[in-house]
Amino acid sequence: MSETVTAAQRVALARSPRRPTTEAFIEALFTDFFELRGDRRYGEDGSILGGLALFRGRPVTVLAQRKGRSLEENLARNFGMASPEGYRKALRLMEDAQRFGRPVITFIDTPGAYPGIGAEERGQGEAIARCIAAMSALTVPALAVITGEGGSGGALALGVGNSLILLENAVYSVLSPEGFAAILWKDSSRSQEAAELMRLTAGDLLALGVADAVIPEPEGGMDGGPGDVQVYQALGEALDRELERFSKMSGAALARHRYQKYRRMGTREKRRGSR
Amino acid sequence: MEGLFGERRRALGALSTLRGKGGRGEELVTCAACGGEETRETMHRSGYVCPRCGCHLRVSAQYRLHSLFDQGVYRELEAAPLPDDPLAFPGYREKLEGLRQATGLSEAFLAGAGKVEGIAAVAGAMDSRFLMGSMGTAVGERVTQAAEYATKYRLPLILFCASGGARMQEGILSLMQMAKTAAALERRKKEGLFTVTVLTHPTTGGVTASFASLGDIILAEPGALIGFAGPRVIRQTIGQQLPEGFQRAEFLEQHGFVDRVVDRRRQRETLALLLRLHQPPAKRRKGGKAG
Repeated sequence: MSETVTAAQRVALARSPRRPTTEAFIEALFTDFFELRGDRRYGEDGSILGGLALFRGRPVTVLAQRKGRSLEENLARNFGMASPEGYRKALRLMEDAQRFGRPVITFIDTPGAYPGIGAEERGQGEAIARCIAAMSALTVPALAVITGEGGSGGALALGVGNSLILLENAVYSVLSPEGFAAILWKDSSRSQEAAELMRLTAGDLLALGVADAVIPEPEGGMDGGPGDVQVYQALGEALDRELERFSKMSGAALARHRYQKYRRMGTREKRRGSR
Repeated sequence: MEGLFGERRRALGALSTLRGKGGRGEELVTCAACGGEETRETMHRSGYVCPRCGCHLRVSAQYRLHSLFDQGVYRELEAAPLPDDPLAFPGYREKLEGLRQATGLSEAFLAGAGKVEGIAAVAGAMDSRFLMGSMGTAVGERVTQAAEYATKYRLPLILFCASGGARMQEGILSLMQMAKTAAALERRKKEGLFTVTVLTHPTTGGVTASFASLGDIILAEPGALIGFAGPRVIRQTIGQQLPEGFQRAEFLEQHGFVDRVVDRRRQRETLALLLRLHQPPAKRRKGGKAG
């Protein structure tokens, strides 16, 4: 990984409008994608895309947080910020996946869960908590990929995988660097400084044991150009490898693996360097 | 969130006398809401609920456990110490040291095992004096250990929540504690074991979006601020004022996310009732509790 790219630059790359949305990843990695909508409780949230697909011939459940490419798309998808309905749809599809023995593959790209009146009224915290709890206990393999921004609890809701893969310029943090600076120093303009301190880059997360693998990107990051193909390819290989590995485990062992993985987080300064 | 923290600073300032170590005698405690003054003795007896306006003042984790368990007796669940400051965050280590001295706590969560009206239970309480009760690796570990201990001995679990959310100084590792604690409570659910969470002022952010929302029964203290996003963040995002009573305990009850708002002065008897109602049939038949 290039040493000359700063954490703040990676944050910018992760948020770049030229970066492919998660739909592009679904298109590149799966066949026969069939979208499923609605949480069966209240509504449909376009900021989380869910459905069934084949991954190298095998049925899987796919969940993807998605930003839009145009203003119109972004309005429909609320700039990738989900409401409780989005998390409840994800929960429903995860539970279905478990019943039908399908692995779950999630793609994360969100600034965070939506902070709005309606979202709070309809239990944003509860929706995220249930999603996290359910994902932690799934008896089918669960793989998570952060393609761009992994913002806070809104990202974690889909991130409790047996394996967490980050793209090289993806970031994952407890809060945006702007929010972090605002809370700690009452000064959101110190976001670059915050980004450096937060250990939010793929390399940092690998060292902390939060990420399990990092997929290299072309110089300057993914931008919708021909260089992206290699990233899709490498990610496909990584997912295939992880799926192969976890498909050998029993349902109980998969849930235990996830439990223990998160159980250890933060109990050691460093788990390992890289893999 | 800044507004929330400001409010919290003011409230803590008003309550600074609470931290005094002297006798309770004539020392005065000022209500953060109405400004009324009462002797510490009176406040202590009323559960730090202002006798004038009913405001529920903040109380320490030690006070919570002491006032819950029979005769105030419990065995503290000692947590194996974790490395402080996992991200080497500037100034954080010193801050922790200062808070340990000031609060007598080693972290923002304290857990104990004891009896509530004769029924064995595990309880844990967050303490908002300790970095706003924020959840970092140590808090996550302790909540998880308390839950696992209660699961191992098949005991009910009571968790008093009071938190501004994830602890910033531990970054992503704080976020991971949401998964860890949620997973520990999910295991209890699968084992058919009872967990009740009590949401107190304030319960926000990552704690709301993890274990606080996962109780089989969720109680809340009157007037407590409870939510995922802080009011200031919401105001900034939507650019309008928030409705009266928004994100307060009563609002959550109305919207179906809290079972009951319970006055602190009736909390112990309410919790004891819930524990009785969740006793396994064998124990109930023995009539372990006759009123």
